[in-house]
Amino acid sequence: MHPIIITVLQRLALGILTLFLVSLVIFLSLDFLPGDFGEALLGQSAREDTVAAFRKELGLDRPIMIRYFDWVGGVLTGDLGSSFSGRNASGIDRSRTVVDLVAPRLSNTLFLALTAAVIAVPLSLFLGITTALYRGSFYDRAINVTTLTTISFPEFFVGYILILILATLYPVFPSLANIEEGSPFLDRLYKIALPAMTLTLVIVAHMMRMTRAAIINLLASPYIEMARLKGASASEVILRHALPNAWAPIATVIAFNLAYLVVGVVVVEVVFVYPGIGQLMVDSVTVRDVPVVQACALIFAATYIILNLIADIIGIITNPRILHPR
Amino acid sequence: MKNKTIDKKKILLSMSNIHIEGFADERWHKIIKGIDLTLYRGEILGLIGESGAGKSTLGLAAMGFARPGCRFTGGEIIFDSMKLHDMSENQKRKLWGTRIAYVAQSAAAAFNPAHKLINQTIESAVRSKIKNEEQAVKDANHLYKELQLPEPDKIGFRYPHQVSGGQLQRVMTAMAMSATPDLIIFDEPTTALDVTTQVEVLASMRHIVEQYNTAAIYITHDLSVVAQMADTIKVLRYGEEIEQSKTNEMLSHPKESYTKSLWSVRSIEKQEKTNDDIILKVDNVTAAYGSSKVLFNVDIRLPRGRTVAIVGESGSGKSTTARVITGLLPPLNGKVTFNGKTLPAALKNRSKKELQKIQMIYQMADVAMNPKQTVSEIVGRPLEFYQGMKGKVLDKKTIELLEMIELDESFMDRLPNELSGGQKQRVCIARALAAEPEIIICDEVTSALDQIVQEGILKLLMRLQKELNVSYLFITHDISTVKAISDEVVVMFQGKVVEQGSKSSIFSPPHPEYTELLLSAVPEMDPNWLNNYLNSRK
Repeated sequence: MHPIIITVLQRLALGILTLFLVSLVIFLSLDFLPGDFGEALLGQSAREDTVAAFRKELGLDRPIMIRYFDWVGGVLTGDLGSSFSGRNASGIDRSRTVVDLVAPRLSNTLFLALTAAVIAVPLSLFLGITTALYRGSFYDRAINVTTLTTISFPEFFVGYILILILATLYPVFPSLANIEEGSPFLDRLYKIALPAMTLTLVIVAHMMRMTRAAIINLLASPYIEMARLKGASASEVILRHALPNAWAPIATVIAFNLAYLVVGVVVVEVVFVYPGIGQLMVDSVTVRDVPVVQACALIFAATYIILNLIADIIGIITNPRILHPR
Repeated sequence: MKNKTIDKKKILLSMSNIHIEGFADERWHKIIKGIDLTLYRGEILGLIGESGAGKSTLGLAAMGFARPGCRFTGGEIIFDSMKLHDMSENQKRKLWGTRIAYVAQSAAAAFNPAHKLINQTIESAVRSKIKNEEQAVKDANHLYKELQLPEPDKIGFRYPHQVSGGQLQRVMTAMAMSATPDLIIFDEPTTALDVTTQVEVLASMRHIVEQYNTAAIYITHDLSVVAQMADTIKVLRYGEEIEQSKTNEMLSHPKESYTKSLWSVRSIEKQEKTNDDIILKVDNVTAAYGSSKVLFNVDIRLPRGRTVAIVGESGSGKSTTARVITGLLPPLNGKVTFNGKTLPAALKNRSKKELQKIQMIYQMADVAMNPKQTVSEIVGRPLEFYQGMKGKVLDKKTIELLEMIELDESFMDRLPNELSGGQKQRVCIARALAAEPEIIICDEVTSALDQIVQEGILKLLMRLQKELNVSYLFITHDISTVKAISDEVVVMFQGKVVEQGSKSSIFSPPHPEYTELLLSAVPEMDPNWLNNYLNSRK
C-alpha cells in the first residue's frame, strides 16, 4: 500500500478517536451542569415526586454510562433522540425528534457558511498572493490595513455597520435574513447577502495574511533565487515556485476559518435574525434541552475534526517527500 | 591538456570597475571595490578567495544580478555587447537561464522540492521558446547521459529528494546547459560534496563545458579544484583583486604574498609519535538510530597525548562514533573503555568526573554557543560546574584560558556574534579546555573555516597538546588536515572501520580498496591531476 494511504488512514483513525473522546466530554459535562430540564420546565416549586416521575419518563434516572452508550448507539444509527421541549407537565408529548429540529437549522448554517466560504477563500488567496507579489507596495499596505481593520472590530459591529450602510442608508439588501423553508435559491442568496459579507470581512484577514506570510517566508529559499536566475518572472516565482510549497500552512488556516463559519457564527445569526444552528443551540441551553445541545455540540466537534483532517491531508499530499518517497 | 578553443578575439563578458554594496548592521558596506573582469568565449575563469572575499557577489554581478540587500554602485557589465548595467530586470530575465546560467552551491537547496527534475531542467529553455517541450526533454535526457547520471531517461521524473547530492549537482549542470548558454556561473558547485563524489562531478562538468565550448566563471575556495577547471585564475580578497594569471603560472609562480600564503597553508608538518598507553578504547561497538544500524563492530584505540584522526565521507559513521563515546547514543553492542575502566553506556549514568574528562568541539562554532551568553559566561560555566570556581578565581582562570587560545581579556564581555569564525572556534576550544579534559573529540572543527584560519586553529590545537598532553580524536573528511595533525588514522566507510594504523602506514601503499579510492580522489594542485586521475581509471 502506498505510504500516503497508510498515513491518511492513521489520521482518519485518530480523528474518529478524537470524536469519540469529545462525545464523552460533551455528554459528561452536560450531565454535570447544574439544574435539569425537569426543574426548568416544572419550576422551582414543583413537588419532588413530580420531578422524579418526569425524570423517569425522560430516562434521566438511569445510570450515566447506560445513558451514554444508549446515546452513542443512537448517534451511530442516525437517531439523535427526541427533544425534551414540546412536552409539558400534563404528560402530552408533542416533542419532535432532534434530527427534525436540527437538520433544517444545520442546512441553513451550512448554506450561509458555504456562501461566505465561496467568497472568502478565493478572495483571501487572491489577496494573499498579490500582496506577496507586490509586497511593500501601496497596494500591499492598503490591503493589510483594511483587512486588519475589519478583523479588529467585533463581528456584531461589522454587521450593524453593514446594516446601516447597505440596508438603511442605501437599501440594497435586507437587514433581516429570516429565510424560510422552500424559498427559491436566489431569494435566499439575496437575503443572506449581509451576513455572508460580515463573515467574509471577519475571516478574510486571517487567511489572506497567512497566505502572504507563507509565500514570503519561502521567498528567501535558495530555490527561489535559482528560479529568478533561470529567468522566471515575479508572478511565475510566486505561483510556480513558492505557492506549491506553501499549501500546508495555508490549508490549516483555511480549515480553521471554515470551522469558525459553522460553529462561531451565533453572534452574526443573532444580529441578522438568521435561523441557524448557533441560535438553536443557545436557545436549547437556556431551556436545558439536553438532547439538542448534545447534538449541536457533536456536530460542531465533528466539523472541527473533519476540516482539520482535510487540512492535514492536504498538507501531506502536497509534500512531495511524503507523496513520492525515495 | 584541455582540448578546446579560447577565441581571444571574441570578448564575451567584460566587467569594469564594478562596485557593489551590501546592507548590514543598519548601513551600507562595500563588498566589491572596483574589480575588472574580462572573459573570452570558451574561457573558464577561476575566482578564488576566502569567505567574504566577494566571489559569489562578483559571480552574480556577471549576470547583472544583485542579491536582496545588495546594490550596484558603479561599473559597467557588458555581455555580448549588451549593457547589463543599464538593462531593466525584465530585459535581463530574458538572458538568465538561456544565455547566462547559474549553478548554485547546494543543489539540495537550489532545487524546488515540489517539482520533478525534468520540469526544472527544461524550464528556461521552454519558457524562452528556444525549443518546444518535447525537444527540450530529449535534449535534457541527452545531457543527463553525458553527465553520466544513472538511467538518464528516467531520472528526470524523480523529485529532488529522491536522488543523491552528487547526482543533483549534475542535474543542476544539465539544467544550466539545457538552453545551451554562452556563459555559466559555477558558484562553489562541489563544496558540499564528498571527495569521491566531487571528482566525478568535476569530471562531468568539465567534459560538458568543453563539449559545448561554454565559457564559465568557476567560484571556489579550493585551489586544487580550481586548478582542474580553470584556464585563468583570479584571486580576490576583501572585494579587491589580488592578482590574475594563467592557471599554470599562478600555480607555479604566484606573485603576491597573499596568494603565496593561500598556497602554503598546508605546510603544517607533524612528526608522528606512537604511545602504548591507550587512554580510550572503543571495543566492537555496534550502534543504531532507531532500527537502522549505522555502526558495525567498530574498534578504535586512542593513545594518551596523541591525535587519532577518523576520516571518511558523510554517512560513514564518524560522528556517530563520537556520539557513542560521549554517551549520547548508547550502543547496541560493545563497550567504551576509558583509562582501563568501562564507561557506562548512557550519558545519564556517567559520573561528573567521567563527563569532565571527555569534551567535545563541534563543526559549527556559532550554533554550539548560546548567542545570549558572553564569552566569559561560556568559558566560565564549565569551570563553575566541574571545579566549583567562583568570583575572582573564576575570572582569573577564564582570562588564563583565553590567553591559552591566543585571545585576551578584552573578549570577556563579547557575545558570540561579535566574534569572527576563527575566534568562535577558539572560544569553543577554551570551553572544552576549561573542564581540564584528558580527551577532546573534535568533530570537523575546521571544515567551516577558511584555509588560513584553519591553519591557525590546527596549530593552536597542536600547541595545546604539547603543553597539556591532551588526546584528540579528530573527526574530519579532509585528507590534508589528517596529514597535518594526526599520529594515527582510522579510515571509516559505511559504518565500518576499514583500517587503523600509524599515519605513515595508512598513507603508504598498499591500501585497502576504499582507502585507495579515498586518497586518490583528493585533488592535487596540478592542472593535469584530473586528466591523470581519469586516465588511470580507464
